[in-house]
Amino acid sequence: MEFLYYFDDVFTLWAFGMLLLGTIFGLILGATPGLSPTMAVALAIPFTFKMEPAHGLILLGALYTSTVAGGAVSAILLKIPGAPANIATTLDGHAMARNGDGKRALQLSFLASLFGGVAGVLLLIFATPILAKWALVFGPSESFWIAILGVTVIGTLGSNSVIKGLLAGCIGLWISTIGFDDILGTQRFIFHSSLAGGINIIPALIGLFAIPQVISMFAKGRTRDDLEVLSIKPHPLRKAITEVGRRTRALGIGTSVGAIIGLIPGVGGQIAGLVAYDQTRNFSPDREKFGTGHSEGIIAAESANNSMVGPSLVPLLTLSIPGSPTAAVLLGGLIIHGIFPGPNIFRDYPEVVWPFINSMLIGQILMCVFGLMIAGLAANVARVPRAVMAAVVLALAVFGSYSVQLSMDDVFVMLILGAGMYFLARYGYSAAPLVLGLILGPIAEGNFVEGAMIAAAQNGVLPYFFTGTLNLVLIAIVLGSIVYSVWLELKNRNQGRAL
Amino acid sequence: MKKLLAGAAIALAALASSAQADGHATYPERPIMLMVSYGAGGATDFQARIVTMTAGNDDALGMPVAIINKPGAGGRVGWNWLATAADADGYTLGAYNIPHFIAQSIQGGVEYSADSFEPIANWGADPAVFVVAADSEFNSMADVIDWAKANPGKLTFSGAGLFVGHHIAALQIEKAAGVKMAYIPNKSGGSGAMKAVIAGEVMAGVNNLSDAFRAREAGTIKILGVADLERNSFMEDVPTMREQGLDVDNASVNFRGVMVPKGTPQAIIDKLAETVPAMFANRRVAGKMKAGGSPMHIMTRDEVLEMWAAREVTLKDLLAGL
Repeated sequence: MEFLYYFDDVFTLWAFGMLLLGTIFGLILGATPGLSPTMAVALAIPFTFKMEPAHGLILLGALYTSTVAGGAVSAILLKIPGAPANIATTLDGHAMARNGDGKRALQLSFLASLFGGVAGVLLLIFATPILAKWALVFGPSESFWIAILGVTVIGTLGSNSVIKGLLAGCIGLWISTIGFDDILGTQRFIFHSSLAGGINIIPALIGLFAIPQVISMFAKGRTRDDLEVLSIKPHPLRKAITEVGRRTRALGIGTSVGAIIGLIPGVGGQIAGLVAYDQTRNFSPDREKFGTGHSEGIIAAESANNSMVGPSLVPLLTLSIPGSPTAAVLLGGLIIHGIFPGPNIFRDYPEVVWPFINSMLIGQILMCVFGLMIAGLAANVARVPRAVMAAVVLALAVFGSYSVQLSMDDVFVMLILGAGMYFLARYGYSAAPLVLGLILGPIAEGNFVEGAMIAAAQNGVLPYFFTGTLNLVLIAIVLGSIVYSVWLELKNRNQGRAL
Repeated sequence: MKKLLAGAAIALAALASSAQADGHATYPERPIMLMVSYGAGGATDFQARIVTMTAGNDDALGMPVAIINKPGAGGRVGWNWLATAADADGYTLGAYNIPHFIAQSIQGGVEYSADSFEPIANWGADPAVFVVAADSEFNSMADVIDWAKANPGKLTFSGAGLFVGHHIAALQIEKAAGVKMAYIPNKSGGSGAMKAVIAGEVMAGVNNLSDAFRAREAGTIKILGVADLERNSFMEDVPTMREQGLDVDNASVNFRGVMVPKGTPQAIIDKLAETVPAMFANRRVAGKMKAGGSPMHIMTRDEVLEMWAAREVTLKDLLAGL
């Protein structure tokens, strides 16, 4: 209960000021396509140089939590995920917004974020020693199977046909191989120097989601330029709170899956939302409603991507191992103040670490309050005429892609992928499985190659990947997930025939 | 639609490349960009941010330096970009890592070599160290070599990648001891390689002295040897490889510094070569570097030129057998 003792430190003028600043800017940056949590934190680090360590970290922590939640705003209103963590939110969130319930979607998403986020930070406070051991259990073979579990989601994600989902996933996997191979340095599919660095995930995400939107908005805007993008009905907060309260299954699965996957170094945040979304769907009696604006989908995705924040800091704080790009940047922020993370961090620097963790707890509440205010303003965004909105989104897309590494090449990659996606979308393919392929490809491949090299020096590849309790459990989940999907698909098909 | 997209793209492209410098007397007239070919948060990125933090001071460059990350394939992506696509106008600098980029250019498949760049100054030297998990049965290099001799090819040890400092150290150790071990390059670089050691995925590892120093403070690893000519002031208790009977020199020491693409005007190179070492020597910079456990080693342009040339010879010899 030591952490309670340090709660005062969060409520000093400076600390609370930093927390407010970080939360508000985080929401704005998070809602801007292309400004991922990693970049928001990296941008803020120079400002922390001259601050007291605790204040600097509070700023960084607040930015991290609120950019993750802020990404839901553009995911819901514009169908552009602010960061990979928000991909799953687009599926039901944007569908709900299209039905006129954008405000409800935003309210649900921020309330679910609050729940997941608080649960994640509480895990960080109370279970760190246990979680630290768990984080180390996931070696190359286990991480490989987690990635394969992600692959099993591909077929059923966001498209009405399993075959089309799988095809889109394969395109994503292929795109992920472009560039220099990370381990051996071999060149693959580099036809132009701008592809040498591979396809950066952020421009790809923006292109695949935003550009088809822009094209269709322009296309429709020409015929009726008074047409609004979305109509947003009022929705009382009270109803949203009751609704989130009743969706215990989605909250529970979302939060726990997010926390577990967030813990695994190197796999973490990007797929937590998607896996949680898929598992919630598997367990839901309203399975067929997913993708049409079902509240469980939003709640699962957003509680997962915020519950991952707390556990994702465990390997960083206790082992000095950054589990995600954002954590790597945070590590830099710690070291610059002479704080070396390690098992004794809570003993050696309690006056820095506890205010930092406590502020993340308070930050979740601030994030939710400001988020709900944004939800109230969303109706104004929706009054923007379609053609204007299309131009704004296009400008944001170009800006977001360029800002990742100040490179025009990324902008062209974004535009080309986006134009390709527009045509694929017309044939019923969707962007989510494609992006998932793009994310999972390097995780699966890198871990397999590394595992295979270790295995080659030991007992061989088969025993390495197919023995060990955790490997077998993961393989069982993978097989179970596949069999269940096939069974459901067949059942639906038979019912379709019977009718 | 197409016209509009093209229009927007062209307008932005024009914006990005409009401001071109002419005349070098007043250099620098605008902020300078420093390309780091590793991701944000890595050791090179982290140190680059510290050593350039005083660039805006009047006694330094008088203009701030912005860090641009172009990570990928062990640095190849960024250095390819610097050699082929960057403007040689003095406003685009690059961070170098020796022996990485020279080793990669010897291996081939990249569009740069030591001749593609002009060094400005060196800021740091991070030797490679040999690490094992805190609970490992190995307590000295001799233990490691004995085990490796008894089990040829079975001793797995991690490092940040192929043709980087860690790999060079690994090759030198294997060659010096006359044993075959299994070097496992990690896909997530130095931090991933360290995690593999701590988690017991591999039996040992080669890693950066600065990162190993922090990990040892945290109590998760033991450091068995330094691949350098002398012991390091951060860890006086750790013997060098030579002290332990392994003929390993300092060829794997990770030298970090600033360079510019070939073709940058000589006047600008001279100006940078004069100001940058003094900027690195700033007291605030040194304080932050020490706090972060990052060994500093400031070298002037001439010293770096010499060091590059010497490395190229050693590395060609070492890699010829691969």
